[in-house]
Amino acid sequence: MRAVEVAGIGIHPFGRHGDRTVTDMGVTAVRGALAEAGVGRGGFQAAFCGTAYGGVATGHKVLGALGMTGMPIVDVEAGCASGSAALMLASSAIAAGQYDTVVVLGVEKMPKGIIRSSFFEPWQEEAGLAATPAYFALRAARLMATSGVTKDHLAAVVVKNRRQGVGNPDAMFRAEVTAEDVLGSRLVCEPLHLWMLCSPNEGAAAVVLRAAGSSGARPGAGAGPAPVRLAAAVLRSHLPGAVLSESTPLAGLVDDSVVPPTTLAARVAYEMAGVGPEDLHVVECQDTDAARELLSYEELGLCAPGAAADLLDSGATSLGGRLPVNPSGGLLSKGEPLGASALGQVVELVRQLRGEAGPRQVPGARVALSHTVGRGANAGVVVLTR
Amino acid sequence: MPVRAGLFVEGPPPALLAGHCRGCANHHFPRQPVCPYCSAETVDEVLLRGPGRLWVHTAVTAAPPGYEGEVPYGFGVVELPEGLRVVGRLTEAEPARLRPGQPMVLAVVPLHVDDEGREVLTYAFAPGDTEPRDR
Repeated sequence: MRAVEVAGIGIHPFGRHGDRTVTDMGVTAVRGALAEAGVGRGGFQAAFCGTAYGGVATGHKVLGALGMTGMPIVDVEAGCASGSAALMLASSAIAAGQYDTVVVLGVEKMPKGIIRSSFFEPWQEEAGLAATPAYFALRAARLMATSGVTKDHLAAVVVKNRRQGVGNPDAMFRAEVTAEDVLGSRLVCEPLHLWMLCSPNEGAAAVVLRAAGSSGARPGAGAGPAPVRLAAAVLRSHLPGAVLSESTPLAGLVDDSVVPPTTLAARVAYEMAGVGPEDLHVVECQDTDAARELLSYEELGLCAPGAAADLLDSGATSLGGRLPVNPSGGLLSKGEPLGASALGQVVELVRQLRGEAGPRQVPGARVALSHTVGRGANAGVVVLTR
Repeated sequence: MPVRAGLFVEGPPPALLAGHCRGCANHHFPRQPVCPYCSAETVDEVLLRGPGRLWVHTAVTAAPPGYEGEVPYGFGVVELPEGLRVVGRLTEAEPARLRPGQPMVLAVVPLHVDDEGREVLTYAFAPGDTEPRDR
């Protein structure tokens, strides 16, 4: 199997962008990634586009607007992990020798408010069971019932990520908040208040992947930034039985031993990359809601089961700590454009590994992990190294 | 009329229409032709009447997409003696008035009146004083 590198990254800021279409935003992100990689028209052999709400042929529209079609273009939907799924497909194809250079993009323009999902049957909507934040709240309540996590910890995750997001020009929210602000915001579903939930929004991100050592660059292009190795890109779905799984079933078993999809993906990613959680220097993880970040600590093996509150309290996961989590500000600061969120994480981590993250730089970062999980269920874990 | 056929019987007493797999002995809900846990096609329909115990709960304070009924309403998971955890509405919309572990009985509740004047019903769980039988 061939090693895979990230040769270039590009991003369109996450936020609300009025009349800008998914095509407009995708073009910005793809142009940025191609320019960094020194790749032009005809310089890549396939493209994979992650999107959940983009509609038919989103990737074709973006690449068509650039006059760069003819190669296979595949749209990939895997909920919050759509970008991870696109990365998995692209990197596997390069590793296997099918392609040398591939464009991977994620784009989204989400409706406002509670996300309406075609995942639910009409009767579930009619019965009030398509209440996505309520499932998040039940997961948070179970975490609180089975560990030392309190509502103050949920607020502290928001305070941490919003503080870190101040330094990210691509984030939607760039103002610090206090725990009092968070706990004083509207109660959505006990124990989750409005500011503990990320905002669905709009944005795009892209990377150019390349077989390590292949030139790929067009003649005359500069050397470009030092490549970052894509050491693993793994996608997993859920196992049956867990009633609060991101697969949002209507019932599950009285069985707390079902391994969650994040853990399934992480185990394989660590093995592929030849690293363990103790080797990580920086992590971007799914913080759709504040409790989801703490659950991710446990599911990714960043701490022992039940010890997420202790890890947060220790300061380890804040910038300046042993293992900063969500230095970009996370989805709580950036907002969540589903198809773009995983690639947004990868863009942040590549900047971290290159030492280009400015005020939010994790000094000396060499091993980084990106994590997304959501509807499907789908969980994506990506490991990047330099 | 039920919000969807094949989910529950109105009773009284009400019951959930669940599946029981002869292969792995697990229950599932709603009933499927193939067991979602072991993929066997040996599924029998069974009626689950409860009572059960509250496992985790919250309340929904703003109408989610496609919902035309009242808010707030309770939302949670109840453990049934058959080894099944079922997601459903709760008749109690104030989370502080419920505690995990308390007995819950199955109920059928109105959601809204449809365009033809019919009351649309769904299953829900209500606080009860009947202790569930042991598993």
